[in-house]
Amino acid sequence: MPVSLLQIRRVEGAIRVDFVEKNILDEGNLHQIEQEIRTAIDAEKHPRVLICFKNVEHMSSAALGTLLALKDSIEKKGGELRLSSIDRRIYEMFVITKLNRLFSIHESVEQAAASFTTK
Amino acid sequence: MNAAQDNLRIERKFFGLRPGLEELQEEFAAALRRFGYDEAAAFAIRLAIEEAVVNAHRHGNKGDAAKCVHFRSSISPKQIDIEVIDEGAGFDPGAVPDPTREENLDIPSGRGVMLMHAYMTDVEYIAPGNHLRMSYLKRA
Repeated sequence: MPVSLLQIRRVEGAIRVDFVEKNILDEGNLHQIEQEIRTAIDAEKHPRVLICFKNVEHMSSAALGTLLALKDSIEKKGGELRLSSIDRRIYEMFVITKLNRLFSIHESVEQAAASFTTK
Repeated sequence: MNAAQDNLRIERKFFGLRPGLEELQEEFAAALRRFGYDEAAAFAIRLAIEEAVVNAHRHGNKGDAAKCVHFRSSISPKQIDIEVIDEGAGFDPGAVPDPTREENLDIPSGRGVMLMHAYMTDVEYIAPGNHLRMSYLKRA
């Protein structure tokens, strides 16, 4: 069993995900990250997922693809995905690729948590 | 800085990606600091190298660890030049779907090439498309 790359916990009825690694790049790591989050999602009827990027310094287009796949799975279950605390340079990657239009992105975890519409 | 230190060349041959790519990135980041590039430049170049080498290995060489990705670069106080060459058949960069079009936003391809264009000063694929050449000019 590989060492977890994430800290996943329940906070006020939502699944809160924090990254342990500061670089979210490697495909092997991305696959593991995706599986860890999917395991948490699978246990929920309507998953509310908040991914905090506070510790993340570098990302790749492969990581953006993983986030899109997770968003799709969460929404197919009637759940919601929120992203928060994204470094301004990484946020620029979302703007360049126009993915800031697809994701619900918030400055803080508190704002992200307050934005869930389902209870 | 004397004339001999005005230009640093870093060259690598990759047959797989890790941990060689991380080691290259660390060496590159140290060189950029030495040549006076700021954090924005370091972020841009790290991202462009990641996307270029991963694309060359995954798409160009189809992930075949028997095939080589050749990385060549030149760092000077004002400019960085990078070339990434794979052993694949190449591709037509003009045929990659625009990932920012509404109908393509949720498909996975094309974003890496787009990010390289956004962050580097100049990006070109030399026919048949297995040879990428890109450059970054330091901002005044």
